Formats: sequence, structure tokens, C-alpha cells
Amino acid sequence: MRRQQPTIAAENGRTAGAALIPATAPLAVRGLTVSYGEKPAVFSVDASFPAESMSAIIGPNGAGKSTLLKAALGVIPRLSGEVYVFGEPIEKARARIAYVPQRASVDWDFPTTVMDVVQMGLYRKVGLLGRLSGRLAGVARDCLDRVGMADFAHRQIGQLSGGQQQRVFLARALAQDAELYLLDEPFAGVDAATERAIIDVLKLLKDEGKSVVAVHHDLSTVRSYFDHVFLINVRRMAEGPVDVAFTTENLQATYGGRLAATHLDELSVVGGLA
Amino acid sequence: MTPFIDALLLQAGYNAALVAIGAGLLGFAAGASGTFMFLRKRALVSDAVAHATLPGVGLAFIIMVALGGDGRNLAGLLLGSAVSAWLGVLIIEWVVRRTRLAEDAAIGAVLGVFFGIGIVLLTVIQTMSAGRQAGLESFLLGSTAGMLFQDAVVIAIGGSLAVFVTWLLRRPMTLVAFDSDYAAAMGYDVRRVDLLIMGLVLAITVTGLKLVGLVLIVAMLIIPPVAARFWTERASRVIWISGAIGGASAYIGAALSASAAGLPTGPIIVLTAAAIFVISMLFAPVRGVLAAVIRHRRFQARVHRRQGLLALAAAHPIREGYTLRLLAREGLVRPDGEPTESGRAQAAKIARDERRWDIAREVHQDAGLTGRYDGLTPIEEVFTADEIGEFDRRLGPPTPVGAV
Amino acid sequence: MGTEFVQFSLTPILIGIFSAIACALPGNFLILRRQAMISDAISHVVLPGIVVAFLLTGVIATIPMLLGAAGAAVVAVILIEAIKRLGNIEPGAAMGVVFTSMFAAGVLVLEQTDTSNVHIDVQHALMGNLESLIWFRAEGWQSLLDPAKLASLPDELARMAIVCAMIFAAMLVFWRWLKIATFDEGFAQALGIPASAIGFGLVIAAAIAAVAAFDAVGSIVVIAMFICPPAAARLMTNRLEHQVIWSIIFATASAIFGYVFAGYGPMWFSARNAVSAAGMMATVSGVFLVLTCLFGPHRSRVGMKAQDDAV
Repeated sequence: MRRQQPTIAAENGRTAGAALIPATAPLAVRGLTVSYGEKPAVFSVDASFPAESMSAIIGPNGAGKSTLLKAALGVIPRLSGEVYVFGEPIEKARARIAYVPQRASVDWDFPTTVMDVVQMGLYRKVGLLGRLSGRLAGVARDCLDRVGMADFAHRQIGQLSGGQQQRVFLARALAQDAELYLLDEPFAGVDAATERAIIDVLKLLKDEGKSVVAVHHDLSTVRSYFDHVFLINVRRMAEGPVDVAFTTENLQATYGGRLAATHLDELSVVGGLA
Repeated sequence: MTPFIDALLLQAGYNAALVAIGAGLLGFAAGASGTFMFLRKRALVSDAVAHATLPGVGLAFIIMVALGGDGRNLAGLLLGSAVSAWLGVLIIEWVVRRTRLAEDAAIGAVLGVFFGIGIVLLTVIQTMSAGRQAGLESFLLGSTAGMLFQDAVVIAIGGSLAVFVTWLLRRPMTLVAFDSDYAAAMGYDVRRVDLLIMGLVLAITVTGLKLVGLVLIVAMLIIPPVAARFWTERASRVIWISGAIGGASAYIGAALSASAAGLPTGPIIVLTAAAIFVISMLFAPVRGVLAAVIRHRRFQARVHRRQGLLALAAAHPIREGYTLRLLAREGLVRPDGEPTESGRAQAAKIARDERRWDIAREVHQDAGLTGRYDGLTPIEEVFTADEIGEFDRRLGPPTPVGAV
Repeated sequence: MGTEFVQFSLTPILIGIFSAIACALPGNFLILRRQAMISDAISHVVLPGIVVAFLLTGVIATIPMLLGAAGAAVVAVILIEAIKRLGNIEPGAAMGVVFTSMFAAGVLVLEQTDTSNVHIDVQHALMGNLESLIWFRAEGWQSLLDPAKLASLPDELARMAIVCAMIFAAMLVFWRWLKIATFDEGFAQALGIPASAIGFGLVIAAAIAAVAAFDAVGSIVVIAMFICPPAAARLMTNRLEHQVIWSIIFATASAIFGYVFAGYGPMWFSARNAVSAAGMMATVSGVFLVLTCLFGPHRSRVGMKAQDDAV
């Protein structure tokens, strides 16, 4: 018989129960397949992220982590599958989602200031011609303050360090004032101070009852940052609370190979693994 | 049809034969030499180069008249056009290197401004007493039909030189076009290779300018390589296919143009090339649109079929209409989504493969193999029969669907 | 600066200014989106557009020609997009294939058609004819207040002013969407903003500007107006709002100085005849661009040799 893996995935994954989309799940996808050309980047993935918690999407490079997020948001087309946000189709729920794209996805030479970028988070709210002054201008300033960038409001964005750019993107997402925050590699290439600042903001969001889903690549911080993990390597490998699903076995299944084995040794030294 | 076949077989008179041969040579040279500009993703630099010749033509005319010579001396005009086009190339390169402006802005700015200067100079020439019959307008639209024997010789020599240099330096140019950082790391001077690529285009432009005009020479530099790209994945082959397409479209176009009145040679050549491009884009075997659409639809059906069977195996409902229709058409499910007998059998096979994969990934903890676990690759493609037999031994006897 | 100026110079200068601004406004976004060369493609397909319009209607009239040109621009944009996506070809090459083919088709149809008794002139379409757009019946500045005299203003002036105003208004209305879809398309899509529609709308606006302007300044000089003023403006500031204002300033200055140098410049060299005003506008805009490339306060990318000053 198939060896039972001690994860929610193993119990839930291929049984009838998981076919139902929990209406309360901030983000749930079913049968999601995305392909670039003839090779699936994400194949038939079912996932359901819990509310009021911090979830990490983990997997090796090229395993479809960011693709999963972008396809869920409709930024890239999907070959098949359905996406639900709080039980609704994504189009109806856009106002409830905030999104932090990968830092490298935009041209930082664009002629604009930090404040302008943060205000973009308000565009959905103010529409095309609504005034962006008064209270809303205050909102943008508060968001910058929350990521420790208030003094940089009028800087040209090209002058920011990588970490500062990431904070600006986070501030923009905060300005969206959403219930679900989707972040694509928020800690990639940022300095230690920024990483701390970002995680503090995210934990605060969770305490306010918001849900956070982040694509994450640093296995050593999974345990301290997140409550829930989703392991992916084109297909779903495991999913569940960190204590249950973030196991050596699941990681080995996801990453494969000896390379991961040495990685895992380091992790157990740090004490990151169960 | 007969006049066209006559022209094709060079039986339509000396002049028509000369034009067909000269145009064919130019088309071949332009197609081959334009290849790397396209592969370097800078096809429109050719356009800027062509437009940037105009002030040189005008200035050369003015200078030659001022020195008391004949302003229409072709060698002088071509020299002038080469100098100003080269200046345009250097300015594009300088703007991209030294300022924050992107390449497309630099190309467009040089194109528009040089052409503007050229027009100013043309209006100056029109006011000169020698300029009344200067005939410089033919540089705009060309006068292919007026080709002389010496023009054909110039094209043959200039074209062969450009093709020879393209062939000789194809390796560094391929490297730079493919990955300029890597080429730089290998010790190639990327800037010089880029200038060489632009120099080749410039040489062809100057050679063909008087004959097909500046807008249409651009077509001869851009369309054949783009069409050729659909037929091969190898840069060295693109050169020759592109040359062949350019040569063929110019030769056929010239013959077409000679076969009836009112068919100007330049535009007909371009439209022939465009027709070959359309055929290539639609019907090329691998990269063509038709092939890609068929492939994509097949792939999509494969994905949906597989996902549907996985859902059947797990006793999940199938929600997507397309999946349901697909499986129903194959008789795997009933219209209400309930699996049929053969659907159950197929699902059981898929479920078994999935469990085999689980075992396989446990046994072979190897990144190379887990990478193939993408849901579509059949397990038989990755493991040998005896390996699969071993997985089956561990799995135990098959279980019917629904009993999972 | 009296009657003669109003008669012969005022309207061409105004038309030049409106044309330059109408092109420069969409140009700002085109250069930021790395799509500057779409203006090149659009301006080349103007010729086939007017030829087809003439074939269909049989008359040389402004409105059908403008519609034909606009239609050709839309067809070109769609074809470019199709080749890019279906054929997986980079944008520059796709544009090159489309506009050269359409241009060739235009020349062919022109040769095939009996246009001996009408005036479709390839050179005119390429080079424009700004100098001829004079206000002959004006008798001085006071004519500006005389409705009868105003009625004899060249049609191009009103047309260009309206197009310029429309593009400006559309830019203001869609400012936020344009900005966000240009800076971060993925984020715009995640917000539910129709980023691809915005991109298409921008190209259509550029096509309208090009079509309205080509008659006056010629289709090639239009390219210079799309690219040079915004490119020079980009090197003057690091704020999009300021960049647009600078581009309007450069466009206006190019039009005024271009016309003045073309009309009066040759006299300074004791030549009798004026040179092409449209060509001179492009030349002046190029001079502005070179000057900003050399001395613009924000000419270098961050991390390049010369650092930008803080804003």
C-alpha cells in the first residue's frame, strides 16, 4: 500500500473531502494547470490556504511557485482550473486582494516617486478621477510609515536599494487595504533589516485577522515566519500546518536529490525542522 | 501567365533579365546580411540606417556641386549616404550607452531627425540651379526597372562581400546575438561585433538604396530573416534560408513586374517576400502558427483528459465543462459525470501510475527524476519495465477505483 | 510682425505646435513602454491608408483620407500584435515586416490606379506641406476677431487643435491607468485594471495623432515628434508629470523654432528660398535631444557614471 505521509495532504488530497472549496478559504485553487509551451509549469494543483494565518508556497527553482500565484490572480492565463477567493470567483473579489509582485518585474528607472507608487495601491478605490488628497493621501503616508519609509516619500524610485524597493511594494499593498495579501518572493535579495521590517508588518496583518500567502525560498525561516506551508514542484507535494507538513520527507519529495539532503542537514542544525 | 514564365526563365529581354538577376543577387545579400540584426532583436535599426542615408545623399550633392562637379555622381552620393548612415549608427549606440534612454527611443529619434535633416537639404537642393533635375527623389522609392549593367555588377560585388563577411563572422555574431554577456565573458568585444552587424546592414542599404529605395530596402533586410526563422532553430541555417528567401522573392518579384505593365518592381518584390513570410508563419512545420495551434490544442486536451481521469480516480466531481465534454466524447464518462466502465478502467490505470510515481520518487530521490514528475510524462518513459515491476511489487495488487 | 506674419506664419506655426504636442503626449508613454517604434510603423502605413480611401471613395477629400489612414493604422497594429503573439516574433521585427509590406502595397495600388488627374503625392505624404497652410485672407491681428475672416482659416488648424485637445483630455482622464499599466502591468491586472486595453488605446491615440498630423508635417517627421520631445523630457526630470510638461515645452519650441529657421533662416545666409518647415521641426527637436543627452540633469541611469541629483 501507499505509505501514508503524515500530512493533511495525504489525508485530504485525493479523497472526496478536498473537492469542496471551503467558502471561508481566502484563496483556493482547484485543478490549476499552467504551461509555458509544452511543459506544464504547474499541473493540476489543488490548494486551499487558511484564513487569518501566514502561508508559504515552497519549492525548488522553476517549480511553479510564482506561476501558481500569478495564475491564481489572472496575471498569466491558465490552461485549466478554477480559482476562488473567499469562495467567490476571482473577478468578484479583486477588491479583497492585495498583491506584491516580484521586485524585478518592473522597471525601476520609471520616472516616479515613492509616494506615487504607494498611491497606486489606492487606484482601485479612487477610480480614474477621484481625488487623492485629504484622508487618502494620509493613508498612503501611513502605509509608508508602517514599512519605515516615511522619510523617503519624495525619493525617485530608481534611487532606492533593493530592500527599500521591496518595502515600497509592501506599502503599496498595504494601501490596498485588503483581506488577503499575496506576495511573490518578498524576501528575495533584501537586507536583514528589511526582512525583519517586512515580517513584522506581515505578522501584524495576521493579528488583525488578515491572511497572507507568500512565495518563499528560504527554508531556514519557514518555521519562524509561517503557520502553513504548501509544497510544490509542478504538482502539489504536501500542504498543511508547518508542524505537520514541513517535514524532511516532504521536503525531500519536493526538492529531490542529494543537493537537498545537504540543505536539510543545515536546516536541522539551525533547528528549523521538526 | 506566359509573360511571367518567360520573365522567370530570363526570356523577356535583356533588360528584364538584368533586373531579375541583379534584384535576385541583392535580395540574397540583404536576406543573409540582415539575419543577425534580426537575431540581435534590433531589426528596426535597419530602418533607421536606411532613413539616415538621406542627409548624406543631400549633403554629398551640395558639396559636389559646390566643388564644381556633377552632383549626380553615384559614387559620391553613395559615399555620402554611407557616411551619414554610419553617423546615425554611432549616435544610436552613443545614446543607448551614455543616457537612460532605451534603444527603441534612440533608433526612432535618429530615424526621424536624420530624415528631417534630409528633407531640409532636399528643399535646399531644389532651390539650387543644379538641383532642378537632381532626381534625388528616386532614393526614396527607388527605380529598380532602370537598372544598368554596372549596377548589377556593383550589387554582385558588394553583395558577395557582405555575404562573405556574414558567413566568416557568423560565430561571434551568433554568440553576441544569443547572449551578449556570455560573449563578453568569452573575450569578444560586443560593441565591435554590434557595429559590424550594423555595418553589414549599412553596406547592403547603400548598395540597394538607388535601386529599391530606402523604405523597400528595409523590407529586404527584415522580412527574409523573420520568415527564415520559422523554418529552423539554427542561426547558421537562418543565414542561408533567409538569403534564399530574399533572393527568390526578389527574382520572382522582378519577373512578375516584367510580365505586366503597372507593376513597379520594388513593391512587387516586397510583397512577394511578404507572401513568403505569411506562408512561413502559417505553415512552417514546427514553429508555424498552424503547427503550434494544433500542438497546443492537443496538449490542452491531454492535460484536461489526464486531470479528468485523476478526478475520476479520486472520485472527485469534474467541474470544468471542457474536461467533461472531452471525457464524454471518448466514452469515459456519462453526460452526468459518472464514469463508464472504460472510464473506471482508465482511471484505475492512472491512479496506479500515480502510486507508482509515489514509490518511484521514494526510491529514486533524484532531482532529475522528480523533475519529470509533471503529471503528463508517462512513467514508462522514465523507468524501465523491470523497475516498474519492482514498484508494482511494493504496491501490492491493484485496487479498483472507488476503494481508495 | 504684422499682417504678413498673420497671413503666412501664424497658422503654420499653430498647426505645427498642435501637431507636435498631439504626437508628443502619447509619445511619453510609448518611450516608457519601449514601444517608441510603433510610431514609425504607424506613420509608414498612412500612405496605403489614404490610397485605399481614395480607391474606395474616388475623391480626394480630407475626411475619407483621414479615416483610411486611421483604418490602416489600426490594421497595422492588429497585424503586428498577431505576428508578435502567434509567430513568437520580437516586436521590432514584427513591425518591420508589417509596415514595409503595407507601404509596398500602398505604392503598388497607387501605381495601378489612374491618379494622373488627382494629386496623391508620395513625397507630400512623407514630407508634409506645412508652408502651404496659410491664412491668406487675414489682414492682420484684428482678423482674429473677425468671424468672416476666421471662417477662411485652413481646416487643418481646427482639426489639429481638436485632435490635440482630445488626446490631452483622454490622457488626463486615463492618467492613473496609463501610469500604472506602464509601470507595473502585472499589478494593474491584479487590480482588475484592463491593462491590455489601455495599451491598445494608447496606440490608437498615437495613430489618431499621426494621421491628423501627417498631412501638415509629413509622416516621417511625425516620428521625430513622437520620440524626440518626450525623450528629451525624460532626461530633464524624474517625475512623469513633469516629463509630460517638458515634452509639451520641447514640442512647442521645436515647432516655433523649426518654422522660424525654415522660413527666415535661409535669408540669414542670404538665400532666397525657404526650406522645408517640417524637416526643420524634426531637426530642431533633434538638437534639443542632443543637448539634453549632453547636459540634461537626469540624463544617466542610476548606477551609471554620472549620478542624478536628488529630486
